[in-house]
Amino acid sequence: MSGRVIRGHVGIGPAVTGIALVARDDFSARYDLDRIAGVFSRPVHKLYGESYVGRILVLNTAKGGVATAWMLHEMKARDMAPAALLLNAANPIMAQGAALAELAFVDRFETDITVAIRTGDKVSVDPAAGTVTVLA
Amino acid sequence: MRLTDHEQAMLAGEFGEPRRRALAQQMMVGRFFDAEDFVEVSQVHLMADTESLGEAGVAWLEALAAFPEEERRVRVPTVTDPRGIDFDAYKRLRQLDSWAALERRTIDAFVAMGVLMTDTCINYQTILPPAHREHVAFGDTGSTIYANSVLGARSNFEGGPAALSAALTGRVPRYGCHLDRGRQGTHRFVVSDRPRTLSDWGALGGVVGRACGSYWTVPVLEGIGGTPTSDELKHFGAALASYGSVPLFHMIGVTPEAHALGDVFEGAAPDPVPLTRADMDAFYDSFGLHEDGVDVVVFAAPQQSLVEMQQIARLLEGRIVDRRTTLIAATSPEVKSACDRMGITATIEAAGGIVLKGVCFYQMYARETGEANGWKRLLTNSAKLVNIIAGYGYEPVLAPMERCIDAACAGRMSR
Repeated sequence: MSGRVIRGHVGIGPAVTGIALVARDDFSARYDLDRIAGVFSRPVHKLYGESYVGRILVLNTAKGGVATAWMLHEMKARDMAPAALLLNAANPIMAQGAALAELAFVDRFETDITVAIRTGDKVSVDPAAGTVTVLA
Repeated sequence: MRLTDHEQAMLAGEFGEPRRRALAQQMMVGRFFDAEDFVEVSQVHLMADTESLGEAGVAWLEALAAFPEEERRVRVPTVTDPRGIDFDAYKRLRQLDSWAALERRTIDAFVAMGVLMTDTCINYQTILPPAHREHVAFGDTGSTIYANSVLGARSNFEGGPAALSAALTGRVPRYGCHLDRGRQGTHRFVVSDRPRTLSDWGALGGVVGRACGSYWTVPVLEGIGGTPTSDELKHFGAALASYGSVPLFHMIGVTPEAHALGDVFEGAAPDPVPLTRADMDAFYDSFGLHEDGVDVVVFAAPQQSLVEMQQIARLLEGRIVDRRTTLIAATSPEVKSACDRMGITATIEAAGGIVLKGVCFYQMYARETGEANGWKRLLTNSAKLVNIIAGYGYEPVLAPMERCIDAACAGRMSR
């Protein structure tokens, strides 16, 4: 697969390809999302009003509470989850949630991932290799 | 990861499918964080409110609970975080029977696994506080940061499925707060004005949390001047964990791992960041005022201690909550029983307030409950709650307990 390869730490979940949705903000499923509607609902979040469903969601770091560990699984069961989550820095909750939900999840990249990828980029994520490839 | 013979057997399914699955999932997380091995834990605190679980999560729990008893039973004492429903109050709050039904299914599954339904996030004040250097698996950010920082116990944030895995296997991957190197300070703050109220302590936690901003930072505070109370440290830690996703702090001369700066910084400590009254005031100001009216006043997040419940009752004694405003105080079932026995519940409810047990405001379908009751303008003394609740469609404001109660009785805040 040709494209620009960005290396991170070995991640969790299956390999996926999708369209990126990017912001420098942090992420919590409880604090930031209307999970029924599938949009960012926290007014001060940069992605407020944006749908994250099926997108490669690229944000800075995990924040807030523990609920996301269950919520990713619940969102995926309703087909209302992002296709993958890429963060500069994970916390345990996001990793635990990704493990339960079998959601593609990678962090600790060689560069700031929120700068290296732009909204609308087509991106391929390989958690087993810990790589992200920007295709177009 | 390096596994013991016992863990190898568990992974081979010799202790049943639930423990095999749990260990496999823990190994995924352990590898993700470069854990070399597991560490045994002595107790588990499990977060599993039904709003987070959803139908999918409850069905997942029920499938686990259907295994033979010797395979599904938890290995170490396991207690629960607040639920999504107070069965004695949900109709009064216009909550749905379908949510209560989901809650009952969840409870049945947990009881079948041998989980103790304590329904509290203040387990460190009310159930079984862990001891210094005790490895545990705690599943609420507020309970984890308190156990790590104030008690010197050792836990990462273990979200619901991870805490349940820990309960089934009796261990967690050893990384982060379980390691000495994960407990060293990374940021240094000097506090020149001691917080005065519980909401001040929360505001200070919020300011420090915003400055830290990652799970892997450990703030160190100087200048506190005398040991804060358990409730003060509770509000500080809960806000710090909420704003910064931080699991551990040190206060020099206060918390058990930080007698002196040298205990928590290897080599030279970083330059200190000064924190003053102005920082706390700016934090309050960022949420504004509700001068035109308050729909709901909330004392929760964390659940109220017996002492906080008594303070609320004293402030409400002989007064009446305005008919345009709802006042809610949420606490643990054990503290609620004590409040019933001591007349505290009666005082709060005589003033028109509502005492809830076993729930917390943001874990009880806050969006739908708010819409059903017409609640938007929310006032609280919890810095943690004002951080969380905006995403649920509320307009939150932070104020000390006394001002919250004055506003509840007036129906609006005064300047």
